[in-house]
Amino acid sequence: MKTWDAIVIGAGHNGLVNACYLQRAGLDVLVVEKNDWIGGAATSRSLTPSFVYSNCSYVCSLFRPEIMRDLELPRFGLQVIGYEGGAVFTRDGDYLANYRDHDAHRREFARFSKRDAEAYDRYARDVTRQCRFIQPLLMRTAPDPTSFRPKDLGELLFLGKKFGGLTPEEMALTVRFWTMSIADFLDEYFETDVIKANFALSGIIGTALGPMSPGTAYVLLHHYMGEVDGSVGAWGYARGGMGSVTKALADSFRASGGTIRTEAEVERVLVSGGKAKGVVLAGGEEVRGKMVVSNADVKRTFLKLVEEKELPDIFVRRVRNFKIRGSSGKVNIALDSAPVFPALPDDSPVYRGDMHFTDSVERMERAYDDWKAGRWSADPFLDMVIPTMLDPTMAAPGKHFMSCFVQYAPPKVGGRDWTDADRDGFAESVISQIAEYSPGFREKIVHMEVRTPREIEAEVGLTEGNIFQGELTFDQLLFNRPVPGYAQYRSPIGGLYMCGSSTHPGGGVMGAPGRNAAAEILGDLSRGTKHMSAAHDVI
Amino acid sequence: MTSSDAPKWDVVVIGGGHNGLVAAAMLGKARRKVLLVEAADALGGAARTEEFHPGFRASSVAHLVNRLHPDVVKSLNLAAHGLKFETDEVLPSVALSKDGNPLLFGGAYGETLTGASDAEAAAWKTLRAQLFRYAGILKPFLARRPPDLRGMAFGEKSALGLAALSVRRLGKEDMRDFLRMLLMNVADVLDEHLEDERLRGLLAFDTVLGCHLGPRSPTSLLGLYYRLVGEIDGVAGAQAITKGGMGAVVAALATAAEKVGVTTRKATTVKRILVESGRAVGVELDTGETVHAKTIVSAINPRTTLIDLVGARELDTGIVRKAQHIRMHGDAAKLHLALDGMPAFKGLTADQHRARLVIAPSVDHVEKSFNPSKYGEFSPEPVMEITIPSLVDRYLAPSGAAVLSAVVQFAPYRLKEGWETGKPKLLAAIMATLEDHAPGIGGLVRHAELLTPADIEARYHMPGGHWHHGELQIDQMLVSRPFFGAEGYDTPVEGLFLAGAGSHPGGGISGAPGLNAARRVIEMRG
Amino acid sequence: MSPTAEKVTRGDQAHFRLYRLPSPFQPRLEALGRTEDWYNWAGYKAPNTLWDEELEYFAIRSQAAAFDISPMTKYRIEGRDAEALMNKVTLRDVSKLKPGRVQYTAWCDDEGHVLDDGTLFRLSADRFRLCSQERHLPWLLDSAAGMDVTVEEETEAVAGLALQGPTSYAVLASAGFAGVERLKIFDLAEFPFGDGTVTISRTGFTGDLGYELFAPAGQALALWDLLFQAGRLHGLRAIGYRALNRARTEAGLIVANADFITSEHAVRADRLRQPDEIGLGFMVDLDKGHFNGRRAIAEARRKGSLKHVLVGLEIEGNIPAEHAIVYHNRKKEVGLVSAAIWSPMAKRNIAIADLARPYGEKIVDDLWVEIYALRELQYQKLMKRAKIVPRPFIKLDRRTANPPGEF
Repeated sequence: MKTWDAIVIGAGHNGLVNACYLQRAGLDVLVVEKNDWIGGAATSRSLTPSFVYSNCSYVCSLFRPEIMRDLELPRFGLQVIGYEGGAVFTRDGDYLANYRDHDAHRREFARFSKRDAEAYDRYARDVTRQCRFIQPLLMRTAPDPTSFRPKDLGELLFLGKKFGGLTPEEMALTVRFWTMSIADFLDEYFETDVIKANFALSGIIGTALGPMSPGTAYVLLHHYMGEVDGSVGAWGYARGGMGSVTKALADSFRASGGTIRTEAEVERVLVSGGKAKGVVLAGGEEVRGKMVVSNADVKRTFLKLVEEKELPDIFVRRVRNFKIRGSSGKVNIALDSAPVFPALPDDSPVYRGDMHFTDSVERMERAYDDWKAGRWSADPFLDMVIPTMLDPTMAAPGKHFMSCFVQYAPPKVGGRDWTDADRDGFAESVISQIAEYSPGFREKIVHMEVRTPREIEAEVGLTEGNIFQGELTFDQLLFNRPVPGYAQYRSPIGGLYMCGSSTHPGGGVMGAPGRNAAAEILGDLSRGTKHMSAAHDVI
Repeated sequence: MTSSDAPKWDVVVIGGGHNGLVAAAMLGKARRKVLLVEAADALGGAARTEEFHPGFRASSVAHLVNRLHPDVVKSLNLAAHGLKFETDEVLPSVALSKDGNPLLFGGAYGETLTGASDAEAAAWKTLRAQLFRYAGILKPFLARRPPDLRGMAFGEKSALGLAALSVRRLGKEDMRDFLRMLLMNVADVLDEHLEDERLRGLLAFDTVLGCHLGPRSPTSLLGLYYRLVGEIDGVAGAQAITKGGMGAVVAALATAAEKVGVTTRKATTVKRILVESGRAVGVELDTGETVHAKTIVSAINPRTTLIDLVGARELDTGIVRKAQHIRMHGDAAKLHLALDGMPAFKGLTADQHRARLVIAPSVDHVEKSFNPSKYGEFSPEPVMEITIPSLVDRYLAPSGAAVLSAVVQFAPYRLKEGWETGKPKLLAAIMATLEDHAPGIGGLVRHAELLTPADIEARYHMPGGHWHHGELQIDQMLVSRPFFGAEGYDTPVEGLFLAGAGSHPGGGISGAPGLNAARRVIEMRG
Repeated sequence: MSPTAEKVTRGDQAHFRLYRLPSPFQPRLEALGRTEDWYNWAGYKAPNTLWDEELEYFAIRSQAAAFDISPMTKYRIEGRDAEALMNKVTLRDVSKLKPGRVQYTAWCDDEGHVLDDGTLFRLSADRFRLCSQERHLPWLLDSAAGMDVTVEEETEAVAGLALQGPTSYAVLASAGFAGVERLKIFDLAEFPFGDGTVTISRTGFTGDLGYELFAPAGQALALWDLLFQAGRLHGLRAIGYRALNRARTEAGLIVANADFITSEHAVRADRLRQPDEIGLGFMVDLDKGHFNGRRAIAEARRKGSLKHVLVGLEIEGNIPAEHAIVYHNRKKEVGLVSAAIWSPMAKRNIAIADLARPYGEKIVDDLWVEIYALRELQYQKLMKRAKIVPRPFIKLDRRTANPPGEF
């Protein structure tokens, strides 16, 4: 029987990134994927004729350019198309737009408040300063602050030095920034509710927190750290949907000799003598490997795929205590013709970007209160895009694919599992919100894919349907992610590694966890990492 | 504005609340000539005992002592000045229940647990020990200035300090849990350890008491640590009602101040802090007098001190912004009931009514009562902490009668409908909740006084009606309290120091800000 | 407090179609703009050159030049405490600024870092106009806490035109602005024009005789036409920024975000500068009472913790040293040139540079600049000796002569 050098569980983007790097280092790598399609949460599937959906994740910006380059993703067909605008619609029939041009942007804000229009630069400066502080940490392994190993001390000192390199004022802002709510942070710059809502949304996307929850200012940063072709903070679509990202990764992987097996669900990880020896697939087939890397979240990996007896109690306790928390759902809509938003001028670039309907922080927070009470939001927050406005490959001419990311949707409804009726009710909350701003919207719908946390967990395997494989709260960042003592991609089982978004630096289609895990693995094997670009300088 | 006569005073302390008294006494002890100016005709600020109805007295805002700092007690020898905690003054807690099945939380913060399952009691014992252990790490910060970010190599030192701490104090695994838990929300911690909703509700309530946070708000656990770092006579986590109410603490502090030669002027308002070339040189009183001194210590609200007394014109705009951005909207109301007789809370013996009684039936209930306060509303089912101080000190009420004092969460300072119409509605909601737990209590009420944050603001000169003179959340703690630039008690105005609860470590009748401020004045030779 | 604009309705929104605003003078600029060489000045379409960079420059020095300054950010500050606000915000003593006078000034944040420089016009006892490069509405409004004053942004409402050069007075006189001859340097006065008035000040950014005119945007074209008609025989020419930039460099004047980074835009903390570090220390009046940054500036002076100094350099040869690195002893990197030209007036190779103290302060000798002169796809690297010289690099008596010369 063949023994692979490494078996990667899950053909999500991080699993594929990890597999690519290992394969390119000369290992013989097998990726096993339970579905008959690849991509995990970064996938494009056609569920109705003449439409392709980005079923889960829908935008591409956080993906590290260093990884794209190393794995030659442009060569394997990845094209990213930048947003041209964006807006929050207001209930009085107007909207607040975001334009890429600085001066157009200022004049748009000045329609609502001259003061806020002129406050933007200072806000942007302060957020940029925070991004610059965080960005270099993304492509590094977090130190263990309880360790005196030279590597950990070195990393700890790196953190300390980065912090010490700030001016006292910056340090003071940094310590506040990491723990503030985005609402409080924005109150220090802006006075207009819709302008605050416009920024606050980046503080909540993907989390089970409201904009008034401490710690959401950091979440905003997590969404700002992306770049499209060097333009920091910019967002873009992957042409052909998010599946194009994983397709390019898979092609890159195969081109370097890697193997992917689909419809190969892992039932458990083979462990003997405290070391991972391979996996057992559903149906009983054993696949041997010198090591196993799991792209699944930490709970799924250690509470489902590994027998508890193989793990130290304290580790199991900490894994159980890891907060995953589904908070969002997704409604993918196939439209017969382009939706019209009368608030927008016909030629507005807003159609080619992200659109929202939550025009106050209070509405956003109230939507969160519903989540806390175990309900989907009656007045949900939507992050809505129409990729086909820029990408004709996803729908037949004249037809459109609309992607709605929806918050909040609890992992359980009133303590019980989601039902189909719940799912329909959830979808209706979304449709009726859009229809309020877009007459005739309902009639244009030809097909819908509604994904509550139940569907996301069942199909993609994300526990509780959380898009980040775990909350981005302070107790689950850096050396605490996913669990204290195991924040360096290793586990208590020899040869069993983690590479999913449960690990540092977390979710979003970023690829950094997969890459960082590969660096640790290759270090353990004393293999070279010359094929891995160092993190770009932040100067 | 210069004065030719040599200043008679070394230090003017503004505000005769407990922190002002502590600062004044500490500076008097260090041989400074100190003038303490208090606007009201009585000392004590929010730590007073007042008559709210003929024959009925209560501690006006704070009603329990649980964190008077031991250094304050020791340095000022308060025991010698009449402050003693009798054993009958130290109170247990009770988590009340509507169906007459309360949970008794005895000793120093739940040393004993009565009414819970054995498994739950064991789980609590473990968690309690862990929480006290971690609170112990934070404790030394109370009596220190916040870390100096302007110091050399601060970042590196603190990074290494982290590693060292794990070896010296806690051990590796404990240190890991400490770091993970530090900024967690209390609800998650409770979910991880406990099951009894009464106990969980009590802990959730205690954690967020006095803050604008729900139990599920990230970082809320710090509120519980803040409670656990308090102590009485060396017993961590203990709480007490003093005979004579909070006024007794004030009286002891006043005596201590008097003994070291502090001069006190009551019923005198400081109108302005005089600043010349960026330096505080004295104060102007409402009488029109100016009093010159080398050092001005303000133990009142930091924003009032800077914006109203110094004036925005004398301050850099960034400082004005920071002072104005201090979040200090109070979210708690205070209820005083003059009762014709003792109420009977369900499931409690007569003696158990002495305890601190908490209505917070579950974590979710506390969270739900918090929700409306985010939008300027209050919950129809408020959560509260009740004491019946007349059981400890029978002189607070006429014979046969009783005083009930309660802190009610959540009551937002900025009530959308306005407190004029809102206050009777909140009172009705509170009374309905009390009636559920102590049937017949409504019939005993001779007089009810409800102090909303707006009332507390007006009566005690606490902007926003916030006990802590600024939200006690992590982004307003340590170097960020009251804001960076005034975090170490000295301020951008030379010679002006802050000594109130708005400064590190915060409020709650600890005296620590006053103590630390006085130490800073002495260190800077003020 | 904040003046919220009447919201522009949907139909009027042009900003997402037209990113650069036209100046009130745009029709005239477009008509004269042969080079089609525009740049973005604070959201306006502004000319780098209009017809000939070289000749535009010589119009400033030998004739009269009209430069559109409408894109400058303008704030109207009015009220009983207007003087108090300006005194708190800016570095100089505004109580000494009499109505009808103008100050070149700057303002700082709490750390004494320069937020911007600009000109402050005292239109009357309680009315000011502040012109600046960057936008400062939140800062001005927050600085006004507790004051009886209104602050209004009026950039788009007010057209501004700089009229500079030896014949500039003659142009104004011919245009019929009687009494303009009484304006001394940094004086301003209102003159009747059309149905209203135009504000004329004897100020400018060229180090030459010159004036600046402000009028309601609706009057802009009439004003332009009047001046150009009057200026025909005085050689009046419209110019773009490049020509002005030469003149201002000769005059030793600095430009925000070219010679220093304004503090609200500096992402990197080591780019922040105090007034003493960019040659504006002369403005600082520590005795006038409190103003923003006072404490930090005084402390930096006391502790000697200033890190930079801005100097004028004269460089051997004639190759402009723009953005060249400055060395000490040909080896140690000590600074950067932010502006440099061959000065046609001074006939010297001049530059403005930012040096790391003690260079430029205590160590002033043995300075060099390394010029990378790109010539036909090849850098010609030159190491040239540089000498610190006082600014301005040229001093023209006509700038301040009274009465102004009728050249």
